[in-house]
Amino acid sequence: MTWLCDFWRSSIGGKVTMAVTGLLLFGFVVAHLLGNLKLLAGPDSINAYAKMLHDLGPLLWVARIGLLVIFVLHVVTAIRLSSANKAARPVRYSKEATMQATLASRSMVLSGLTVLVFLIYHLLHFTLGVTNPEHFQKKAAGAQGFDVYAMVTASFANPAIALTYVAAQVVLFFHLSHGMQSLAHTLGLHHARYTPMIKKLSFLLALLIAGGNAFLALSVLTGIVKGAA
Amino acid sequence: MKLTLHIWRQQKRSTKDNFAQDGKMVRYELDHVSPDMSFLEMLDVLNEQLTRKGEEPVVFDHDCREGICGSCSLMINGEAHGPQSGTTTCQLHMRSFQDGAEIWIEPWRAAAFPVIKDLMVDRSAFDRIVQAGAFISVNTGAPQDANAIPVPKADADKAFDAATCIGCGACVAACKNASAMLFVGAKVSHFVHLPQGRVERETRARKLVAQMDAEGFGNCTNQYECEAACPKDIPVRVIAEMNREFVRAKAVEEPPSKKRVGGDG
Ligand code: HEM
Ligand code: SF4
Ligand code: FES
Repeated sequence: MTWLCDFWRSSIGGKVTMAVTGLLLFGFVVAHLLGNLKLLAGPDSINAYAKMLHDLGPLLWVARIGLLVIFVLHVVTAIRLSSANKAARPVRYSKEATMQATLASRSMVLSGLTVLVFLIYHLLHFTLGVTNPEHFQKKAAGAQGFDVYAMVTASFANPAIALTYVAAQVVLFFHLSHGMQSLAHTLGLHHARYTPMIKKLSFLLALLIAGGNAFLALSVLTGIVKGAA
Repeated sequence: MKLTLHIWRQQKRSTKDNFAQDGKMVRYELDHVSPDMSFLEMLDVLNEQLTRKGEEPVVFDHDCREGICGSCSLMINGEAHGPQSGTTTCQLHMRSFQDGAEIWIEPWRAAAFPVIKDLMVDRSAFDRIVQAGAFISVNTGAPQDANAIPVPKADADKAFDAATCIGCGACVAACKNASAMLFVGAKVSHFVHLPQGRVERETRARKLVAQMDAEGFGNCTNQYECEAACPKDIPVRVIAEMNREFVRAKAVEEPPSKKRVGGDG
């Protein structure tokens, strides 16, 4: 245990923690998107998927708690590292210049915190039913309380909600487009041939994930995916 | 050439609680600058004028003025060692600037590099990192036949590329997080590709990183500003290598033993 704490407290140990938790969160985001895509296959598909997840019972709680631990580690380590980075430069330059750092890389703390705020809203909205109880009730009204389709389509028919989700995906795109290539380098992957590929792949994966989620919200808003009867 | 200079002037040494001290940017006008002068020669001319006027000359670090010692520094318009890539400030010439240009000149800014005076900073944090293990302490015996230990050309090249680091600190100055990972990575990479250096690879990785952290440098976020600023074009590959070496060294680290084997020593 002291070994692990020592490792976490070191600069590179902290970076590796960011990379590993970031990779796991990325895996979650991919799985989450694949599940969401069932929306396109109609009410039965996504509702059956939701029921399957709920029927996991205790396993679902293991996954939820695991995800929470990973997430908290990611955020706590991010705060520790970035405050150390601020302290490492007590006086700023009066003339600042940027040579090759991308906009995404320079806004990781901001994009990360925005994702955090969105995530809290997202849970309050769809998981706990606090922000729009009328949408949440639609879910409960379905067979055995799994009419996720009705809840999601009712929500995204509201332009304010749909556009909030799309905006959050733009921010997630920024976070992941730097995050994916950053984690590869942190984990020691640097190669004349593969590094340029990883950079492109990182951009592409971020675009696919954020774009996929945004597409779902927009397709309900524009009526490509019809609301529940 | 006619120039307007904004130069950081600081009388007292930075302390932890008061890093900037009385420091401020001061404006100077300088005329009759030749485009063939080096940047440091331009500052020499300014200092002569200041001395003649009875003002204190601007303090800045320099030694070889040939781009090999790593003494010179200077953040010029926000760029470490100025606008020309792969070039130290002493090798930068005034022809890189427009006539009538305004130039901001600041010291390296990092908590681990306290300002001694004006543009001169204390880089002994780098010396302490090197002392922590950026050398070979195992006895390699008498000089051997040059071909006794074959080293593949690719490995020799990687080690040599890392060994060209002159320890100037531009990487720290340019990094948005004031991280020293390009410098420390260069030290790790310098040794780990060579058979003599590999003997102590684990202890070296642990000690260098521990010293780097103790000095209060920041943490790399893979933005690669260091690579763009480095006058010796040290590649960020060395940072990935250091990460690998450190994780490997921590993984194989043995817990402190409770029983002493073989007495003190
Ligand atoms: C769905 C949620 C999230 C995902 C999928 C995610 C993913 C990632 C990934 C893959 C990385 C790269 C790791 C590395 O640098 O090696 C990363 C880094 C980072 N994340 Fe997140 N993250 C998420 C949420 C957050 C939140 C809520 C914060 C809040 C502070 C945050 C802050 C950061 C910071 C500061 C970095 C380091 C940036 C850098 O090294 O340049 N992330 N994240
Ligand atoms: S890595 Fe480059 S910038 Fe950093 S100290 Fe060495 S020579 Fe200077
Ligand atoms: S003075 Fe020696 S490198 Fe510039």
